[in-house]
Amino acid sequence: MKHHYLLPDISKPGRMGCSLPQADVPASELPSEDLLRRELDLPEVSEVDLVRYFTALSKLNYGVDSGFYPLGSCTMKYNPKRHEDVARLPGFTALHPYQPEDSLQGALELMYRLQEYLTEITGMNATSLVPVAGAHGELAGLLMVKAYYQVRGDKGRKRILLTDSSHGTNPASVAMCGLETGVVASDANGDLDLNSLDSMMNEEVAALTLTMPSTLGLFDPKIADIAELVHKRGGLLGGDGANLNAVLGRAKFGELGFDYVQLNLHKTFSTPHGGGGPGSGPVCAKGQLADFLPGPLVARDDRRYRFASPLRSIGKIASFYGNFGVMVKAYAYLRSLGAEELKQISGDAVLNANYLKEKLKPHYFLPYDRTCMHEVVFSGKRQKAKGVATLDIAKRLLDYGLHPPTVYFPLIVSEALMTEPTETESKETLDSYVAAMEEIARDAVENPEVLHSAPHNTPVRRLDDAKAFRELDVRWEMKGQKK
Amino acid sequence: MPLPYLPNTDADRTAMLREIGVDSLEDLFKDIPQKFRNTHFDLPAPVSEMELKRELGQLAGSNANLDDYACFLGAGSYRHFIPSVVEHIIGRSEFYTAYTPYQAEVSQGTLQSVYEYQSLICQLTGMEVSNAGMYDGSTSAAEAALMACAITNRAKVAVLATVNPSYRDVLGTYCGARNLPLVTLESETKEFPSDCACLVIQQPNFFGYLEQIEAHVQKAHDAGALVIAIVEPISLGMLKPPGDYGVDIAVGEGQPLGIPTSLGGPYLGIFACRKEYIRRMPGRIVGKTLDVDGNPGYVMTLVTREQYIRRGRATSNICTSEALMALAAAVYLAAMGRRGLRHVAELCYHKAHYAAQSIDKLKGYSLAFDRPFFKEFVVRCPAPPSEINQALFKKKIIGGLDISDTVENGMLLCVTEMNTRQDIDSLVKALGSL
Repeated sequence: MKHHYLLPDISKPGRMGCSLPQADVPASELPSEDLLRRELDLPEVSEVDLVRYFTALSKLNYGVDSGFYPLGSCTMKYNPKRHEDVARLPGFTALHPYQPEDSLQGALELMYRLQEYLTEITGMNATSLVPVAGAHGELAGLLMVKAYYQVRGDKGRKRILLTDSSHGTNPASVAMCGLETGVVASDANGDLDLNSLDSMMNEEVAALTLTMPSTLGLFDPKIADIAELVHKRGGLLGGDGANLNAVLGRAKFGELGFDYVQLNLHKTFSTPHGGGGPGSGPVCAKGQLADFLPGPLVARDDRRYRFASPLRSIGKIASFYGNFGVMVKAYAYLRSLGAEELKQISGDAVLNANYLKEKLKPHYFLPYDRTCMHEVVFSGKRQKAKGVATLDIAKRLLDYGLHPPTVYFPLIVSEALMTEPTETESKETLDSYVAAMEEIARDAVENPEVLHSAPHNTPVRRLDDAKAFRELDVRWEMKGQKK
Repeated sequence: MPLPYLPNTDADRTAMLREIGVDSLEDLFKDIPQKFRNTHFDLPAPVSEMELKRELGQLAGSNANLDDYACFLGAGSYRHFIPSVVEHIIGRSEFYTAYTPYQAEVSQGTLQSVYEYQSLICQLTGMEVSNAGMYDGSTSAAEAALMACAITNRAKVAVLATVNPSYRDVLGTYCGARNLPLVTLESETKEFPSDCACLVIQQPNFFGYLEQIEAHVQKAHDAGALVIAIVEPISLGMLKPPGDYGVDIAVGEGQPLGIPTSLGGPYLGIFACRKEYIRRMPGRIVGKTLDVDGNPGYVMTLVTREQYIRRGRATSNICTSEALMALAAAVYLAAMGRRGLRHVAELCYHKAHYAAQSIDKLKGYSLAFDRPFFKEFVVRCPAPPSEINQALFKKKIIGGLDISDTVENGMLLCVTEMNTRQDIDSLVKALGSL
């Protein structure tokens, strides 16, 4: 499938892609010439050409609706269609953020209930729905930690501890807060090394941020000891909730000892990823930390809902109240499930990952051979020894019509293949993935060239990243456009 | 009954547990200490699809949906007409169920759309390069300020007092996080401080009127500071684009470009700048290249700026952003095209001026600023705007934003192509009869 043209190629003067009304008011005098623009060089395309152009583009994409998408730590589960319908109700989309609260009671009730459900699921005391993405929620959580110590007059705590398997957003969020990062090592089992934590956990540390289960797909059985050590030394325990799907309906972050956790509604709660957003990254907090949540939250007085900011809120982190459209979908998901069903979800997510682990273990090196949670991390190092890189394996999977796992992450596993099947995949789908991975492992030995040159039947083949970087071409210009 | 989202049957589960070599599902959770696994979740019983639609229909129905009102609210969230093609294209599940395009070979739909988006934003703003979009207008402005500090190696940010207060709050949070002081300058200020990394200015400003922007740009540049302009994309259908008055970074709220107001989100942060600063930009950038067969294709480029490569030394922590909203904006701009966007801008301009002139003639009402404006303007009312708005609401009119905290009895009104002459006439009539 080739698709080599761009919008300017289907543009012709005199074409129009929309129909607009004529003015029904008298014309006013225009502002002076120096305030007006001379030309507006946008393409002119017809509606039908426009629709065909973007329809053709959509066919070059692979989504969860196209097939298996085991991208580790991204929880690419099926996105129920009913969510799309309810989120598009005009009573949700045609709302202005500044219209009177009395005219928004249904929307506020939905937000309030979602706050309550997330608070209950995480075992915290309060939830802010304002952050619009996971990293935005991380930033909010760290600002809360910072503000918490400022209020206590404890100025020395400037360091955030992370594990060596943490997401890249974790240290980047720390930097956004003007704090420094300390990295705690993992032990031989892939868990946090308590000795390393013990030596680093001093009065300069504000918090330890943990992804639980970790990005290795492992739940640390020492979690209570970790929380105790952090708290005893005056620190806070923060959660990156990217992997909440593994413990949904089974354990609560609050009870595990976390002081706050940031969630991803676009992962755990099944709202679609949209090719890179919109997401939603609520922060749930316990005890005093809840006073610092980013506002506004939805509060209830008697039977009326209203926006309110917590006492010592870190302040505004977005223009309005968060990604409301995404909240509607997450709310619909939670209403379609109950406590028992949430438990089934984590059950099947963990079952599917362990099934893949057992079936693929003979063919790929498994660095941590123990029960995994919702995802399993393999290493392609056996194949690498034969000259086949994990990238080759990933690209070869595309030829089978399958999306590859997350590759080269976490950083502590060489040639990592981080595989998260999710609960929405059947045994048959997993078996077809296993069959493809077995064949690829065989080809890595017998026919490595087919891997080096993969993919072969995708819309484009392997792309030249270096050329893109060297000869930056990040936009088109219209024909004859003045530079 | 089985859940429709769970394809495994009980027989499948039993077979899989046997393959794994454990007796029960509980055995797979043994790493979670037993005492944490006996917890209770207090959640309501689940409902079927039919019941869900009824429940959400009721919740949606109890809101005052703007389609049933004449609405004159703006202030950062704007009602504009959205052609059907936008929803239909972003509703294609090949687009909306995909992840961030890490595997470029099967993500050309997303990647090429982003390249179109970046190009269209450059055309609209007159800037040299654009990223793939940020969370919203306010975080775009905040991240632009951080970027300016990194470029100039200065640790102070200046913002005009006429910038949307909500944006100034977000700027305060982001700058505060990095311990960068935020100085607020009056619009008429003669002096520009010598130690600021940038000046953040909004055009048209929060009150709707146009700043004398060239003078501000000159002063800031003379002091060695960059200029960040917060622009409103529909206004650029007729107003001079930021690229023409020499700003260094142009940001703005992309929501007016084909995205519903949706109680404040999801929205889209526009972020464009001079090419020389592209390596300091936050967010994704898509570039064109060739595949091994020599066919053109698109990839995420300059990724060494990003958190998943550079971790703590990245230009920002942003990862998931608003890709689908950027697609909506691209489809919208392509559908409008050269003539359509100008027409929409002119409709807003003429309707807003018709409304402003009519209100200005009413006894007790007057325009607060005698300056050129686009689609928003401030009216001084004879009574507190909150009281006026309550009376208007009963007549199915949602009045402007109450800004009496900054302008005495001030109301910030917004008029777009969505407001008919009849809407405007009823507003004027209602205001006059209060």
